[in-house]
Amino acid sequence: MNPTALQLLLAALVVLPLLGAVGALLPAPPGLRGRGPDQAVLRHGVTVTGAVLAVAIALAAGFDHGHPGRMQATTDISWIPALGIRIHLGVDGISLPLVVLTALLAFLCALYSYFRMPTGPSPKAFVALLLLLEAGTLATFAVLDLVLFFLAFETVLIPMYFLIARWGGAQRQAAAWKFILYTVLGSVVMLLGLLLIGVKSGTFDMVALATDNGPKAQLSHTVQLVAVLAVGIGLAVKTPLWPLHSWLPDAHTAAPTVGSVLLAGVLLKMGTYGFVRIALPITPDGMHTFAPYLGAFAAVGIVYGSLACLALVRKGAKGDLKRLIAYSSVGHMGFVLLGIATMTPTGVNGALFANIAHGLITGLLFFLVGALKDRCGSTDLDRLAGRTGAALYGRAPRFGGLLAFGAVASLGIPGLAGFWGEMLAMFGAFRPAAGLSRPAFLTFMVLAGLGTLLTAAYLLLVVRRVCMGGTPAATPAGPAPDSAPVPAPAPAPAVADIAGYEYAAWTPLTVLTVLAGLWPAALLGLTDPAVQQLLGGGK
Amino acid sequence: MTSLVQSVDWLAIAPPTLTAAAALVVLVTDLFLPAARKPLLGWIATGGLALAALSLLPLLGGHRATFCLAQPSPATAPAGGHSALAAEVCSYVADPFALVIQFLVLAGALLTALLSVDAVKEHRLPAGEYWFLLLSSAAGAALLPASRDLATLVIALEVASLPAFALVGLRRGDRLSSEAALKFFLSSVVATAVTLLGVSFLYAATGSLHLSQVAHTLTALPDPRLATLAAAGVALTLVGFAFKTAAVPFHFWVPDTYVGAPLPIAAYLSVVGKAVGFSGLILVTVRGFPSYAHVWGPAMAVLAALTMTAGNVAALRQDPDRRHGAVRLLAWSSVGQAGYLLVPIAAAGYTGDPAHAIGATVAYALMYAAVNLGAFAVAALVARTRPANRIADYRGLYARHPLAALALGFFLLCLAGLPPGVIGLFAKVTVFSAAVDAGLGWLAVVMAVNVAIALYYYLQWTAVLFRGAGEGAERPTGEPVGEPAEAAAAAPLRAAVPATLTTAIALAAVLGIALSGAPQLVLRFASGALL
Repeated sequence: MNPTALQLLLAALVVLPLLGAVGALLPAPPGLRGRGPDQAVLRHGVTVTGAVLAVAIALAAGFDHGHPGRMQATTDISWIPALGIRIHLGVDGISLPLVVLTALLAFLCALYSYFRMPTGPSPKAFVALLLLLEAGTLATFAVLDLVLFFLAFETVLIPMYFLIARWGGAQRQAAAWKFILYTVLGSVVMLLGLLLIGVKSGTFDMVALATDNGPKAQLSHTVQLVAVLAVGIGLAVKTPLWPLHSWLPDAHTAAPTVGSVLLAGVLLKMGTYGFVRIALPITPDGMHTFAPYLGAFAAVGIVYGSLACLALVRKGAKGDLKRLIAYSSVGHMGFVLLGIATMTPTGVNGALFANIAHGLITGLLFFLVGALKDRCGSTDLDRLAGRTGAALYGRAPRFGGLLAFGAVASLGIPGLAGFWGEMLAMFGAFRPAAGLSRPAFLTFMVLAGLGTLLTAAYLLLVVRRVCMGGTPAATPAGPAPDSAPVPAPAPAPAVADIAGYEYAAWTPLTVLTVLAGLWPAALLGLTDPAVQQLLGGGK
Repeated sequence: MTSLVQSVDWLAIAPPTLTAAAALVVLVTDLFLPAARKPLLGWIATGGLALAALSLLPLLGGHRATFCLAQPSPATAPAGGHSALAAEVCSYVADPFALVIQFLVLAGALLTALLSVDAVKEHRLPAGEYWFLLLSSAAGAALLPASRDLATLVIALEVASLPAFALVGLRRGDRLSSEAALKFFLSSVVATAVTLLGVSFLYAATGSLHLSQVAHTLTALPDPRLATLAAAGVALTLVGFAFKTAAVPFHFWVPDTYVGAPLPIAAYLSVVGKAVGFSGLILVTVRGFPSYAHVWGPAMAVLAALTMTAGNVAALRQDPDRRHGAVRLLAWSSVGQAGYLLVPIAAAGYTGDPAHAIGATVAYALMYAAVNLGAFAVAALVARTRPANRIADYRGLYARHPLAALALGFFLLCLAGLPPGVIGLFAKVTVFSAAVDAGLGWLAVVMAVNVAIALYYYLQWTAVLFRGAGEGAERPTGEPVGEPAEAAAAAPLRAAVPATLTTAIALAAVLGIALSGAPQLVLRFASGALL
């Protein structure tokens, strides 16, 4: 595809959802009113996100797969000469998968909400916020200017805050506040680091900084240390890195289903993407100093996340299934950060792979748990499981099967997407970059390995408690709900199986999970050349 | 001295002069106008301000100066007299810095005038006095950024302040109003007196009042024993300007004064009053005492940190159900914002390129002026139907006035510095950048924490705007402390929003949105050589 077309596609990717967000606030034009204002605006959301997804797919198709290490579809216009800020857009093998993932998840969320709008105020604002969120996320992955990156990074905060605070579940106000205050504090600190890089090197351009650290000479070691610390804190809050993760479980538990999906699926990726795009290539020396600490925190996060999940899944712990998946995200993101901390191509490739895999699998899991909440009214494991188990296999076999599939994929079984990223991250830790302490990273690897075992344990327990279980003695296995009139101690209420729109929303995620597991080369072939280039100083 | 008649560049001094002339016209016209036609005064004042703002146009690009010394004044210190006079010593300079601040002051006053047209009618304020005082104060504020000697600075400061005292107390028979005026007056007078003391010290030490000569003499005092006197003079002179900026510890008057004053005057004080304060600070620090940067640099940094923290923490603790909570919150937030404005001034004390740092303050002030006046305009709109003006009264504003609610949400997010308030974000980036550039890392971190604190109350208010209308509708009945009678009486007014108020909100919103799309419009000052 010719370069101008690609350029336009990438620009459209950022601008379309923004225009769509404004359009959602305006009254629908005649001819597009639909069955009512609510339906019209929800349809508008599906149309716009669908168009964005189409643009993203066209972009991926037009992308020169022969040179994924090169920035493609670049636009470079001066915007604010006073601060040296340029509208510099472009994608390479690292950002392209994330862009497509974002567009896909946003479309699936819009589609899902079209049929199942979360309870709350008018859908008008909901759609506008969803589109604004999508625009901010896509811009984060598409911009190549540090200040614009910060702008895009901040753009997602307000929409996410309102999505949680207005359409969320119990405790939503507190959770929304925790989310936004944590992230804002982190990102303002990140801004200080970005400004330090900009002031000391004389440019905010990520590409120029990555190749030769800007027009002025290489950043001094002290500057790199301070910059990595500041930028790293901001990104670590977003990712989240243990011990800065405490906003995440609350936010996920309170958020509406699509909010959780987007939060886990794409928002967390902005943090790890920042590490790969900014910390690794621009401040390699500083990163080198902090890598063992990052690795240590990541390893602790892996173990901590799985232990927290094990505690939640216990009988009588009143564990919330949504909360459990949120904690499992802490563990999974630990793998991503561990891969980045190794500073090797293997580790970073693994991290990027795990990023995408986590987006697909956890997105699916949050969809499923949200649907489960709609069906059973609660995601409290003890209430769901009752005495013996929720027995979803019996009551809604397809739904139960898909939930088990998600859980198994999440625990990283070979053949599904979850496996490769975590394996590569641990492989990278086995032989970290030159100059990094090998014993330390071996320890992290062992901890991570322990984490995979614990992960398997709690996810299987989840499957055991939610999908399996003896139905009350009087009722035979199978279509249990019909026998509700029987005076059983805990009559199992009806659970609807997967509906048509749910198939539509979840099939792409399932298919991609399998595909990425069976054919990892498709993704690694994209990321690897770009990673090699970033780690090699862009030469 | 060839001629005793000084030649005056009338074009250069047109902006403050036109404003002052308009003030006199209003005062005289008031005598001959029947009561029914008093609103005409408002239009005269608005026209005068617009004319004064237009008179800035021919000055653009030029570097005019007037009221210059014709020859060495006998008072000039012998040590440094000659080289100082190589450059012309003038009392009034229309350089880019002066023009930008004059534009800010006049445009701010213009928006205030638009807000006032309705308020004067509504609250039956004495029209002639009100408009005369407002214009006089604006004339002083417009004079200040162009003045380049300490005497003119102090006079301009007083011309800007004295009418403001009267304006604050103009609501006759209102206990709150007179208390506010008294508080404002007493604390301001003390601050001015201290400033005057400082000026006299400096005059004693350097023998001159012209900033450029003071700056020059301070680098090499004729007598080393004068150093203490000079340092004390430097510190004391800053007090008066710090007071106008509402910097800690001169901020206690702010909330009570804003609440007691008519709403447009509170808006005026929060924008134009602050502009007077910080432009005076910039002039005396950067222009007057560059050699004492090691004294005022750290002092400004500490002042900035304290000011933003005190303002934001106090704003955080505002009770949403308190009467006049909205204005009180805006008052405390303006104290917090003053802290941000001081950061680049502090940074100017640390860098070799103070003009660059100062530009960040100017850029931030321009953003703040547009957005804060907009927020006050929406507050004025809400105050028409809900005179108590609690934060809780904004609940469901989106259902009643969707555009006003969206505008207020945008203004608040600009103040908080989060997208979609893009210009607010970039203005903060500029300020942060000045601090980082100057190596003031600790101040940048303090400011970062403050930005997070401030976000809490700005966003809380924003969230209230979009709460369900149903919850909003039941409030007045279920409310023990409300005045249902007043609210009911005001209810029919809801439909008719005066055109001037709408214009003011629209102007501020358009300005904010345009700047968000093209931040370069204000941010270019952050890179240019203003001083």
